[in-house]
Amino acid sequence: MPETALEPQIETDLKELAQDIVGRAMSGGATAAECVIREGDEFSTLVRLGQVETLKEAGSRSIGVRVFYGQRAASTYSSDFSRAGLDRMLKSALELAKITSEDPFGGIPDPSQLGSLSGDLDLYSADVYSLPGEERISFARRAEKAALDSDPRIKNSEGGSFDAATGHKILANSHGFLGEYRRSYCSVAAVPIAQDENGAMQRDYWYSVARNLGRLESPEHVGKVAAQRALRRLGARKAKTAQVPIVFDPLVATSILEHIFEGVNGDSVYRGASFLAGKLGQKIAASHVTVIDDGTVVGGFGTSPFDGEGVPSRRTVVIENGVLSSYLLNTYTAKKLGLQTTGNASRGLAGTPGIGPGNYFLQPGPRTPQQLIGDVKEGLYVTEFLGMGVNLVTGDYSRGASGLWISGGELTYPVEEITVAGNLKDMFLNISEIANDLEFRGAVASPTIRIDGLTVGGE
Amino acid sequence: MDRNAFFFQHYGLTERDLERYLAAALSAGGDYSDLYFEYLSSTALTVDESMVKSASQGISAGCGIRVISGERTGYAYTDDLSPARILHAARTAALIASGPAKTPSAGFQQKAARSLYPVTLPSVDAEITAKVELVMRADTAARAHDVRIKEVRANYADELRTILVVGSDGTFAEDSQPLARLNVSCIAKSETNSARGSSGGGGRVALDFFFGEKTPEYFAREAARQAILQLDAREAPAGEMEVVLGPGWPGVLIHEAVGHGLEADFNRKQTSAFAGLIGKKVASEKCTVVDNGVMPWRRGSLNVDDEGHATQETVLIEKGILKGYLSDKLSARLMGMADTGNGRRESYEHIPMPRMTNTYMLAGEDDPEDIIRSVKRGVYAVNFGGGQVDITNGKFVFSASEAYLIEDGHVTAPIRGATLIGNGPDALTRVSMVGNDLKLDEGIGTCGKDGQAVPVGVGMPTTKLDRLTVGGTAKRETGGFMQ
Repeated sequence: MPETALEPQIETDLKELAQDIVGRAMSGGATAAECVIREGDEFSTLVRLGQVETLKEAGSRSIGVRVFYGQRAASTYSSDFSRAGLDRMLKSALELAKITSEDPFGGIPDPSQLGSLSGDLDLYSADVYSLPGEERISFARRAEKAALDSDPRIKNSEGGSFDAATGHKILANSHGFLGEYRRSYCSVAAVPIAQDENGAMQRDYWYSVARNLGRLESPEHVGKVAAQRALRRLGARKAKTAQVPIVFDPLVATSILEHIFEGVNGDSVYRGASFLAGKLGQKIAASHVTVIDDGTVVGGFGTSPFDGEGVPSRRTVVIENGVLSSYLLNTYTAKKLGLQTTGNASRGLAGTPGIGPGNYFLQPGPRTPQQLIGDVKEGLYVTEFLGMGVNLVTGDYSRGASGLWISGGELTYPVEEITVAGNLKDMFLNISEIANDLEFRGAVASPTIRIDGLTVGGE
Repeated sequence: MDRNAFFFQHYGLTERDLERYLAAALSAGGDYSDLYFEYLSSTALTVDESMVKSASQGISAGCGIRVISGERTGYAYTDDLSPARILHAARTAALIASGPAKTPSAGFQQKAARSLYPVTLPSVDAEITAKVELVMRADTAARAHDVRIKEVRANYADELRTILVVGSDGTFAEDSQPLARLNVSCIAKSETNSARGSSGGGGRVALDFFFGEKTPEYFAREAARQAILQLDAREAPAGEMEVVLGPGWPGVLIHEAVGHGLEADFNRKQTSAFAGLIGKKVASEKCTVVDNGVMPWRRGSLNVDDEGHATQETVLIEKGILKGYLSDKLSARLMGMADTGNGRRESYEHIPMPRMTNTYMLAGEDDPEDIIRSVKRGVYAVNFGGGQVDITNGKFVFSASEAYLIEDGHVTAPIRGATLIGNGPDALTRVSMVGNDLKLDEGIGTCGKDGQAVPVGVGMPTTKLDRLTVGGTAKRETGGFMQ
């Protein structure tokens, strides 16, 4: 129990602390050890109908340790940085490692694989906190106001918001790796509600996110786009059940691209739990499909100098001209598959490292989204998915959707309460065109895409 | 009040400290302030390829401080429970208000609370070897079920959350909330196909639950059965049709179609498709829906909510008529309604809001077999993954993981997973038969709202909906449902 919690907080050097924990794990009998420390601050405010609804501000930190006894591993974590709290965390880890199984593929990366990208990756800007309190609130207020003012049918709102956060991560291991990086983030968003003459309501949102304030889109722009998105949904009806070409806007196309990520995730691959397992070198997508994961892009949302195990981030071509060219791996899954890590380890506080994306994207094509829509005689333009009806083992895909009906190459009326279904194995082969509108609003991004052969379920 | 309170003993907290923190929170005015102390201890184990590959334990503790002023909420938290840090957080939360200081009411009153999960030895403190036994037994049983089961992963996770909530109105509530779950997922492979199956359960129970009531073998066999069944599943039909939902997990329909839309915050802000419908008919008269936070041992149950208010059973829909909303303190005060004890939060880092506990539809009078017999062509769905709802336009989905065709009153071929989509305010008006076989889920549900995850329960009896859209892929030739 944390009997010593009333001690004043000592501002320890966190890098030294991480190294100290690794050293103490080793002298406690571990054969390898790894320590992660995370600290962060967050600020958020929500303004609704012009009034501040919430203001939240806080900071926190936590520490985790992973130890190996030969090929047995265990991990523990704590938010209590007192001497007693850290002692307890270490002791539990060393005890827990005795009850896990010998796993011949377990272990931290080889020393030769460890390292950190050099140079300024432009991931951190203290300016996300530079605004005085009133101006932060004003960002949120302006975004909401722009939405409310843009049309009389925008009558209600879930608010405008402004968020800022910074994070600091430290990783040390018993091969002598010691690294740290800081990242910052800020965002402005609006969630207006449009109402038609019958009282039916539609909600939508828009947002801008950036690593520094200077790159944030204006709150007015965000609010206006959010309002347009809500307004175009008014009067939505169901569509008829049919097989038609479907054009996916960038937000929903991104979620489809994420299924490829989950499909090439080494953890699913070695278990045979992925529809892409065993497909390396095979054609799995249309020949104009190239998917890249690049954790090295300066200023990127998915950029870091090293991954969750201390392996430098890198660029990996996942699909090249339709052919699956690489899985995305951490040290463990790479060993299981007889491959090399791709530097995609993601490390929470506890458990074994998972696999996460760098900047992961589908390469854009030459034509505009309007041109893609213009080619479709009768079809569907999907702007939102609802639910998670995706089976990565079989590739079965069935999700709720809403959007706009395409008729004669034009967006006509809004549709909702429909489903979009198919199988991921066919969907990527049937990507008939990729538009030129690639834009990063997070670590994963896709341009507008068109897929043929899917079933729309409706009336 | 209880001098043995955990935080008094282990952090040297005193009543005087609590008064001081609340006073700091109200130093710039405001209507109400509260402190939420949390100490969370957790364990997790994973067996994969018959090896215990991962074991972890952790502790997190902190205090969240809230100040309410009108409709405004200020919030700050700290994971350092020293007086200086808590006072700093209290003054940060106080920035939401701007007026003369208010004084918290003198003294605290602790009300007698229920004891819905009287665990003597919390599982988190139980021998780790017993937990290892659980996941290993699950692995063995799943593999033994059928040679086509090729991959098995079993996870066991438990936690003990100790909380203390004190408010400027004298609220003083503490609780110790155990939670445990065991999950098994399998992959089956035939020469041509792969399929997955998963199962799991738990609740606010001690470890012996998994050695008696619901064993690892029970969940393992269920996961394996589903995976094997899916190997031969046909394409699901597409379009509107009659749908029969089995008892238990399909209650996620209730959670998505009506539950979220009846959370008071959305109705206070008039952003829910159910806003203004109290007293109106929103379901067939066969439907009565409740949210029940006081069921012993259940995953969604709580002795007190995360604002220190006693939980209760709340009737949401009675014989088709909308009766009430689920509220927290803020919405109850602003809407002039009773606090239903549904103020919940993920952790001390989060602002509480109205959330469900265990939400289900009561049993009706129909024989489940008669319900199936009444369907000429439709879908019988018995197991579901997750769901989602847009509370503003009312559209909701839930995804079937085990479902069958019904042909001429008989359950026939298993079909592949498919999403079902409907409209909350009218989906339940299409309920034409309700079975006498109410069942709750096994206790693994987690609900997300505004980025906050909380454990919940769902349930329903066998229920027939005359029309719901099924999101399959089958064309007329193969499934017979395409129009």
